[in-house]
Amino acid sequence: MTLPADLTLMTAAEARSLLDNREISSVELTRAYLERIEEVEPAIHSYLHVMTDVALTQASDADRRIEEGDIDLLTGVPIALKDILCTIDAPTTAASKILEGYVSPYDARVVARLRDQGAVFLGKTNTDEFAMGSSTENSAYGQTHNPWDTSRVPGGSSGGSAAAIAAREAPVSLGSDTGGSVRQPAGFCGIVGLKPTYGRVSRYGLLPFASSLDQIGPFARTVEDAAIVLRSIAGKDPMDSTSVPVEVPDYLANLRQDLNGVRIGFAPQYTVSGMEPGVEAAVKVAIKQLEDLGAEIVEVSLPHTEYALATYYITAPAEASANLARYDGVRYGNRVEGDNLIDTYLQTRGRGFGPEVKRRIMLGTHALSSGYYDAYYVKAQKVRTLIKQDFDVAFQSCDVIVAPTSPTIAFEAGSRTSDPYQMYLADIFTIPANMAGIPGISVPCGFSDGMPVGLQFLGRAFDESRLLGVAHAYEQAAGWYHKLPEIPAT
Amino acid sequence: MSLTRKDVEHVASLARLGLSADELDMLQDQLSSILGHIEVLNQLDTEAIPPTAQVIQLENVLRPDEVRPSLPQETVVTMAPETRDGFIAVAAVMGGNDDGGAT
Repeated sequence: MTLPADLTLMTAAEARSLLDNREISSVELTRAYLERIEEVEPAIHSYLHVMTDVALTQASDADRRIEEGDIDLLTGVPIALKDILCTIDAPTTAASKILEGYVSPYDARVVARLRDQGAVFLGKTNTDEFAMGSSTENSAYGQTHNPWDTSRVPGGSSGGSAAAIAAREAPVSLGSDTGGSVRQPAGFCGIVGLKPTYGRVSRYGLLPFASSLDQIGPFARTVEDAAIVLRSIAGKDPMDSTSVPVEVPDYLANLRQDLNGVRIGFAPQYTVSGMEPGVEAAVKVAIKQLEDLGAEIVEVSLPHTEYALATYYITAPAEASANLARYDGVRYGNRVEGDNLIDTYLQTRGRGFGPEVKRRIMLGTHALSSGYYDAYYVKAQKVRTLIKQDFDVAFQSCDVIVAPTSPTIAFEAGSRTSDPYQMYLADIFTIPANMAGIPGISVPCGFSDGMPVGLQFLGRAFDESRLLGVAHAYEQAAGWYHKLPEIPAT
Repeated sequence: MSLTRKDVEHVASLARLGLSADELDMLQDQLSSILGHIEVLNQLDTEAIPPTAQVIQLENVLRPDEVRPSLPQETVVTMAPETRDGFIAVAAVMGGNDDGGAT
């Protein structure tokens, strides 16, 4: 390929080929991103911590490896990391005051895998505190702005990692998805976001939110780049007993798939009242395009979809209330000294956590408390069974399911912060995949009011190959990934 | 269902969250409202449905009980708010006062 005027316009796959042909160096590529970060951060605020020195050292090490022919998928390629993934050479705060300045003594498994490959860490990205939120407004360190319209949210919780891709502050990044926190911001920012199957990627070193739902996934401008990152981070890890010992296929070799004869399911339950007409229209056009590409569109039914949100808002807070008990100001993190041990706990946690985290700890503690456990927690677990069964049945008559990623485009900052339940509704189409553990991907499918619309594909457990193939075929035919936002000067 | 102020105070104490009066007021309203939305689950008869706690089919993941290298002690204690002689210092949990400790 010809060398672009601005190196940040390239995909990771394009950068790979230029690096391998010695047409650019990793140091040049990394500098281009660091300059871009400096230029647009005042308007976007994707990053909580830019790792300039680490990145330049890693880049020059990568150049040496490339020179020696010791080349892996992401050797010399810059990547941004959600600030909920442990890193030994930068703070890990989960965007919370309780972990201000915390530096982990170990790398998350995905971070270690990327480090071993010779990837370049640009920095740690903003998130809703402990990944709890749908807008990145719950960060204790300021909100991230949507690169398409800075008065709007980038989505969340992985809003920093999503905005960084749309604003060309990184070619690829990692986020985590508990109820849609990768797919929803990818949709809002007009990029690709993939939530792998639960168990596909090790959660070791991912600060836990809801352990039966959390999964780490990539953001990228193209499906091919998302496939490259998934291939780099996936696989069994002895340090995460819920990571599954199944083979990691060569997603790149399987990427180019013919949609002829592929059965794509559409469920009427993924059209809800209050849905934005522009979103509905864009999704309809996309489904027609899939049909034109040879896919067979079949109607499937997911009858328990309407119960997924309520199920999630018991299950996730319940797990979170247990997981976040560890932040007590004793072993790590900030401590606020009280009159006695209990008082120290109360003050440390009362001052260290922000409003949404407190709300979820309270909700989860209530759901698990004596007298309410069966009515809430066990009830939700039973409905979770029904939601999973819906997908098992649907996948008997289709290979993937297509749906909108979110019912709306990115909303205005501040417009949903006063009503928590309105905020929760933003994840109504993404939550079911987490409850069932299946993989999902969001790809851009057009615009409504000048803002990107996300199209979601859901697949069978561990069938990311099919999911990526269908998403890639659609993306290449539709071509939306060529459109990039203009970021106003500040 | 709606929560009383006492319910909210009880849950905050179970969760070890020190909350201001304003926070307790706000949470009483917000949690009652969220729990109201959650009541939709009662429309479903789940009597005969088994619960799902996790979705992968793995059970009893075991490993040999062998001594392996772990993180060095001096590294692990670096991030603790208070350390003494290479250990994490904690407040007295017994004896010192009435309500400050484990029973």
